[in-house]
Amino acid sequence: MNFFSKLMQLDRRWVYLLLVIVCLTAYYSDFTVPTIVEDETKAIYDFIEALEPGEIIFVAVDYDPSSQAELHPMTYALVEHAFRKDLKVIFTALSQNGPGMVDQAIRDITDSLKLPKTYNGIFYEGKDIVNGIDYTFLGYKPYYAIVITAMGQDYRILFPSDYYGTPLDSIPMMRRVHNYDDIAIVVDISSGSITDAWISYGQGKFDFPLALGLTGVMTAQYYPFLQSKQVMGLMGGLLGAAQYEQLADNPGLAKDGMRVQLPAHLLIILFILIGNVGYLATRYKERKV
Amino acid sequence: MEFTTFLWTTVAAFLTLAVFSFLYKDNPMYKFAEHLFVGVSAGYFVIILWHGALVPNLFKKLADGDWWYFVPGILGVMMFARFFKKSSWISRWPLAMYIGISTGLAIPLEMANRVNRQLWAMMEPINWSSFWGERYLDIGSGYSELFIFVGTVSALVYFFFSKAHTGAFGAVAKFGIWTLMLGFGASFGFTVMARISLFINRIQYLDINWGQTAFNAADTSNVNYHAGFQALFWAVWLIFLVYAVFEYKKYLSNKDKPSQAAGTSA
Amino acid sequence: MKRQIPLVIVFVFGTLMVIQYFVPHENSEIVKGFLLDWIVIIGIFALALGLWSLVQVSIDKINSRKENWEYPLVTLISLTVMIFFGFTSHAEDASWWGYFLAIAVLLAALWMLAQGLMGNAANRNVKSLSALGLVIVFSLLAIFDGSWEFKFYTAEGLTNQMFVHFFDYIMIPLQATMFALLAFFITSASYRAFRARNLLATLLLISALIVMLRFTPGPWGEYLAKTSSWVMNVPNLAAQRAIVIGIGLGIVATALKVILGIERGYMGKG
Repeated sequence: MNFFSKLMQLDRRWVYLLLVIVCLTAYYSDFTVPTIVEDETKAIYDFIEALEPGEIIFVAVDYDPSSQAELHPMTYALVEHAFRKDLKVIFTALSQNGPGMVDQAIRDITDSLKLPKTYNGIFYEGKDIVNGIDYTFLGYKPYYAIVITAMGQDYRILFPSDYYGTPLDSIPMMRRVHNYDDIAIVVDISSGSITDAWISYGQGKFDFPLALGLTGVMTAQYYPFLQSKQVMGLMGGLLGAAQYEQLADNPGLAKDGMRVQLPAHLLIILFILIGNVGYLATRYKERKV
Repeated sequence: MEFTTFLWTTVAAFLTLAVFSFLYKDNPMYKFAEHLFVGVSAGYFVIILWHGALVPNLFKKLADGDWWYFVPGILGVMMFARFFKKSSWISRWPLAMYIGISTGLAIPLEMANRVNRQLWAMMEPINWSSFWGERYLDIGSGYSELFIFVGTVSALVYFFFSKAHTGAFGAVAKFGIWTLMLGFGASFGFTVMARISLFINRIQYLDINWGQTAFNAADTSNVNYHAGFQALFWAVWLIFLVYAVFEYKKYLSNKDKPSQAAGTSA
Repeated sequence: MKRQIPLVIVFVFGTLMVIQYFVPHENSEIVKGFLLDWIVIIGIFALALGLWSLVQVSIDKINSRKENWEYPLVTLISLTVMIFFGFTSHAEDASWWGYFLAIAVLLAALWMLAQGLMGNAANRNVKSLSALGLVIVFSLLAIFDGSWEFKFYTAEGLTNQMFVHFFDYIMIPLQATMFALLAFFITSASYRAFRARNLLATLLLISALIVMLRFTPGPWGEYLAKTSSWVMNVPNLAAQRAIVIGIGLGIVATALKVILGIERGYMGKG
């Protein structure tokens, strides 16, 4: 048995341990990686930045805790940006465990907004974010394609009341808001096929600006919609979230996490190289025989 | 942070570590965590469906005197006919209604937005005036646009299996599969980043929410802080340590019996 | 008849929705709104079917008393507890002891009930009777304990502190960590399975490396970032567009087959 075939039969738990060591070392050491902002993320930031106070944005939180690592930082950065700009937000959660994610995000973001802060050189007073005035959380309904279609007519068809049971007509910010015509943009932050429904059943039918925040696994699949202008902007995975944090001058978990990505990626590349060298060496030997 | 909140955070940290312990091997702590998750998430879903959909969309409408809503209610109850072999055919009626409506909704919209609009975008005129672009690998340049057009057409050709991939057709299909491979590679690169970020998130949680809170003795602003925080922190690690010792002892006793050890050496 | 009527229903509603797309008259919009609302309601009942099969599988496992039969018990208990949280509201500042006592009594009652229904004939009656007693105790607690009450018709349960905590501190870490295991699996897979066997695999590997290294510090990191941006926006776009179009045509073809009754898999057997 030669060196490489021994290496190939290494218990996978040693590989796991190496990944843990590399990630922990990187996490606790002090270095930064550059965050190069891409046009697809900047488009979303610029759109939100250009909105007038009082305009409404629609944030569809369509992910479960399984993707919170990548998508929660996007939601936090984007919604906090919107609230600092005095925009109003409508939330929905069309993913099965999504409502709890929105609930948590709202609690954290309202806490954070109570403190005064300076973003990109502009000072913002701390303020209280009030349910029904600054935001409305519509809640969850099953069968997202149908929900997205019905919301194009009126939110009240499927959401007679919000998540907390308040009738939509008695919520101040919803009084004159009926469908997608009354909002500035839909931002779909999603970890699954709900994005396809937002593109086909939502944007395709009702023609509103649609921006996407996606998990890394999905990101590559949605570039065609970006070029065909069905989607106006796109944030991909933790990198996209880090870019938004950079643009909004609000560094959080994503920017911090990207540091650890680099050594972890290098480790994986090293593994791929070792595997390939071993593979080529064995093939060379076999040919010789 | 209040002590009760820290207690909950410790529960979360324990569960996180319990799931990670599966990487070493399947064990009782992981099994417990797994079954706990199934139960809690099913219960959560029941409540979300009840308060989020059933009450506002059906019960309240019926209470308001919208008798029309008896129709979907009865159709919904017909779904339960599935439980009985003899009457299970009844459940096909509401199912058929759902399938009819959702497919009817899908046909024009999917055709328009997945097929037609993508084809239009593909056939936009190519920017010949600035074919080589202005920057390093310019996305708006003519050659990039030409690549998109040729790449899409040839990848579609590759998916066309009704004709043998030979001759000129085969050459185009070959370029198609090259393009597809570049695309899949990009997807893979992103997937690696996505998976690693899931792990990073758990490190961040354990460090920021749990570890740092347990050891912020210097933070005098926290009046609720006391030694109980650290006791809890170490207690969780102790559980895993005890389990590790137990496993190691089992491993040692197995090692002495050569007949069993031979089977587990791999 | 058992198979024909569903086919007719699918055809009628399917064509109705297609026609509605092309003739979006005001009245047809109202009808469509109604239909969409109804379909979601019907769907909720379909989702309840899944829950029942979870309970059934768990009970079967417990009854079999095979290895690891205790774990489904964890599932059933956590399911019951979570539902209890969602249907109750707890007064702020009130003590939690009464609330937890009620949960304990409820669980004991359910356990005794299950034993009474399924246990051996000898002490069946005893168990059924104690179940009845526990149910009475639980009802008394529910009526006379002022610290909490049942809320079935209003959504207070969703903001019940326990319900929120169970989501935040149990569901989130569990689901997030279960998926975090994938980080390790992809590392191990890249070590074992990622081989540049031929030109195609090499192309895949190169584009993956470019995308993975794009946030490297230094000047060549910048070039990698630009290259990766081009890879995403040009070759990747072309490849994904072909797939999007292919899937789109596939969806439409399948949907047409369903409406026309050629594809009948959804009906099951019988």
